[in-house]
Amino acid sequence: MNILKNTPSSLESNSGLLVKGVHRRSFLKWAGGTAAATSLILTGCKEDDPVIVAGEVNFGTGDNAVLNYAYALEQLEAAFYQRVIESQFSGITADERSLLTDIRDHEMAHREFFKAALGVNAIGGLEVDFSSIDFSKRESVLNAAKTFEDLGVAAYNGAGRFLTSPDLLAIAGKIVSVEARHAAYIRDLINNGTFADSTVIDANGLEMSKEPSAVLMAAAPFIKTKINAGTLA
Amino acid sequence: MDFLKILNMIEERDPEMSDRLNSRRKALRDFADLGKKLTMAAVPLAVGSMFQKAYGQSTTNVVDVLNYALTLEYLEYRFYEKALASAGLIPAGAPTAAITTIMNHEKAHVNFLKTAITGAGGTPVAEPKFDFSGGQGTGTGPFATAFTNYQLFLAVAQSLEDTGVRAYKGQAPNLVQQNAVLTAALNIHSVEARHAAHIRMMRKANGASVKPWITGKDSGIDNAVVQAIYNGEENTTQAGVDVKTLGGFSANAITEAFDEPLTKEQVLAVATLFIAS
Repeated sequence: MNILKNTPSSLESNSGLLVKGVHRRSFLKWAGGTAAATSLILTGCKEDDPVIVAGEVNFGTGDNAVLNYAYALEQLEAAFYQRVIESQFSGITADERSLLTDIRDHEMAHREFFKAALGVNAIGGLEVDFSSIDFSKRESVLNAAKTFEDLGVAAYNGAGRFLTSPDLLAIAGKIVSVEARHAAYIRDLINNGTFADSTVIDANGLEMSKEPSAVLMAAAPFIKTKINAGTLA
Repeated sequence: MDFLKILNMIEERDPEMSDRLNSRRKALRDFADLGKKLTMAAVPLAVGSMFQKAYGQSTTNVVDVLNYALTLEYLEYRFYEKALASAGLIPAGAPTAAITTIMNHEKAHVNFLKTAITGAGGTPVAEPKFDFSGGQGTGTGPFATAFTNYQLFLAVAQSLEDTGVRAYKGQAPNLVQQNAVLTAALNIHSVEARHAAHIRMMRKANGASVKPWITGKDSGIDNAVVQAIYNGEENTTQAGVDVKTLGGFSANAITEAFDEPLTKEQVLAVATLFIAS
């Protein structure tokens, strides 16, 4: 492991510059680390500050970790629907094109919102991997959409309890119900009447929410960027 | 501040509390897995009793939130129950199957909430007598023909589901320190949103100009009572960020992308119309 013990004093004395991930990331770049930097550990960081490792994103701590988690999932969804609308599966109807375009715009708005709300604490852009999806085929696209939407709902529901800010909890609530509307619509497109079937709703009529670790595992095949969930998982 | 932090603080000040707290802290930590370990019927009781153990007597507010939710769930459940019992109202096949699915969820929510309230040491509110015409007991409100007019039935159903979504959403911040109850409420909230989306598509299939999501503050229903349920949905500023300034999105897309909450007072102003006594 390549440990950077002797931080240049000019930077150390100016460590305020290093507090935010974005600055620290530029610093790592400056330090010349590429492959070697993947195992680089910065000394002198506050314990709570995320250690940024090249090639991976780190959700960070506290409420920011939850927001970055949401931001990551919205990035994934937005990228997916952008491809869906660029490619358009064969046999797509005008109604489907219109409503899938709506969903693309919603996910992009969510993505841009989180990026703006997180500011300097936002993770970078994720590199996605949709090689398992055949964008020319309706079934392949809709099944992937169903996976992403159900996962999104389960993720938001499961992460609500990690938020300490009532205001941020309200925001998460505003978004998750829209994801649930998407999920219901996509499911009905695949098989009408499955908008809330027993694969996602339990015997008490409750959505089956998921822990961040389970969500990230399910999303992993679609994300190339290595994710460090910070304090979330 | 969450349970674990509070318990840690108590423990630091009073190390002798440690033994007593350990089992409780472990119970809280394990809560996420509780659903897998208990039978489904036992979960709501566990939510309530866990809350009671952790918070002792200060459960009033949460019981209030749960009773408020229970009232709305009673309303939805009985509305669908009566609709399904109204001969000739809902077409056989997919529409009847969908409404049955939704009714069963609302019924399950009623039972879940009653058990959770009891578990928290509270008393579930008595079920009101409903006037589904929206006439506060007169039977002659604006929706008096909802059980003979399928289009109107779907319009009222959409209104109730979208109200449910907004109502649960409005209570989430009040539960920020009560993780178990919060998660349960969120897990009901998204189910109501799934219902709303499906009902909206049923209306669309019957010629209404609506989408699964809410555009601006459009209800797609020409009625002043209903409009109160949709007012505020046109908001485009979230957490101080004006999403319009982020570029590239139509105002419609932005309002659709974020569902808005309603306060308890706003919801009750509507719900009261459906309550006879």
